[in-house]
Amino acid sequence: MIFTKSIANFGKYCLFMRRVFCIPDKWRVFFSRTVFEIQKLGVDSIPLVIIIALFIGAVITIQMQLNFSSPLVPSYSTGLATREIVLLEFSNSILCLILAGKVGSNIASEIGTMRVTEQIDALEIMGINSCNFLVLPKIVGFLFFMPVLVVFCIFTTMLGGYLIAAATGIISVSKYIYGIQTQFQEWYVWYGLIKSLFFSVVITSVASYCGYYVKGGALEVGKASTNAVVTSSIMILLLDVILTKLMLQ
Amino acid sequence: MIEVKGVTKSFDDKTILHGVDATFYTGKTNLIIGQSGSGKTVLMKSLVGLLKPEEGQILYDGRDVMKMSVDQTKKLREEIGMLFQGSALFDSETVLGNVMFPLMMFTDMTPAERKDRAQFCLERVNLKGADDKYPSEISGGMQKRVAIARAIALNPKYLFCDEPNSGLDPHTSILIDELLSDITHEYNITTVINTHDMNSVLGIGENIIYLRNGRREWVGNKNEIYTATNEALNDFVFATELFKQVKNYIVHTSTPTRPQK
Repeated sequence: MIFTKSIANFGKYCLFMRRVFCIPDKWRVFFSRTVFEIQKLGVDSIPLVIIIALFIGAVITIQMQLNFSSPLVPSYSTGLATREIVLLEFSNSILCLILAGKVGSNIASEIGTMRVTEQIDALEIMGINSCNFLVLPKIVGFLFFMPVLVVFCIFTTMLGGYLIAAATGIISVSKYIYGIQTQFQEWYVWYGLIKSLFFSVVITSVASYCGYYVKGGALEVGKASTNAVVTSSIMILLLDVILTKLMLQ
Repeated sequence: MIEVKGVTKSFDDKTILHGVDATFYTGKTNLIIGQSGSGKTVLMKSLVGLLKPEEGQILYDGRDVMKMSVDQTKKLREEIGMLFQGSALFDSETVLGNVMFPLMMFTDMTPAERKDRAQFCLERVNLKGADDKYPSEISGGMQKRVAIARAIALNPKYLFCDEPNSGLDPHTSILIDELLSDITHEYNITTVINTHDMNSVLGIGENIIYLRNGRREWVGNKNEIYTATNEALNDFVFATELFKQVKNYIVHTSTPTRPQK
């Protein structure tokens, strides 16, 4: 039963995406809406990214230092491990899981409310492809801004580690900096950026889908919002495994 | 003119519309009335293309909606204005932005021209000084007027109104009715109104279609409704003691008209 329902939902999602990826009716309107979405979904997420990244960077550094306290392990390992965790997983997968909560619930509740208040019907009756008009600017806008968030996250997390090292002295700042520079592999940055692009599409499209097909009232909008976060989080984790297998092995 | 011929619509195993026939005339206020669950909303949604009937024809001035291509349907929808029960104004846009929206999407007007046209439409619905307010900052009656202004912005040939009086006080309801009637006659629009409001039925019903259990039971106008012999219609329209007394009074005295202001 659940399997059948999942297949049906996936089919419905594919049909929905086919309507989303159409040529916009008016390019000027599309561009202005995309810029608006970049502001709303991307730029407005920067404070959250900075706060989380700073604290997580500090915590990772402390925990790595505790684990690498053996004299057999080089002292720069703390910085190195912090960098690898950030580049490989935190700045993309974990960041996107966090953003699925903020951005995903925002999109699902916005589109869901538009559905229950007949605003989407109003668009359709005007002859506007509502999927394309509402969803495509969100997907494109967030996709466009996601690398910026990832880069912000990488630098801020490293900065968090640096600040905790400087403030508490658990590791010398020079060792930390040496650690985050040593054995650097550029591909890991690209790997994280590429993953984040996939995740951004998952977050925006799944949340839009959940909101678009809401039936009922405020209660259902809330449920759609929760569904959007849960479903996109699961999809991100699943994609994470697949993309890691494809790109790192 | 919109002609509906033998339209049937079902959901799962339940048939909501059973071969409904109806004609909605140009330049007249056409009303669809009926009890809850009688199929009014389904008929209206079928008319505007939000639902697809299994059988029958819907002809817009002879153009069969069921046989139209996607482009033809899109073109037709540009000729349609719709007023929703809850107004369906875009929350993120101001009053002026809402009225300018269809102009922005379907015309090549400059921003100044769009603004002029939107302000003209807002003035037409007697709404001034609310241009920069958001829908949440204005009353239900004002929202309805903004929705009417948005619906007429593109000079539609067909105007659909789903329960335009729901949630409004009697005075505002009459104002909205009069506004819809005036606009219909002024611009020669085919207006279709889905309503429960008996004041609207008796006030502006130039062509009334009564639906019952998904079937068309009666067709007439606001004058003929007083002498209708359909029992179900009489029970529905003249449900209250007051309306029964009004009917008896009018039938035995003179032709009904709404009192002029």
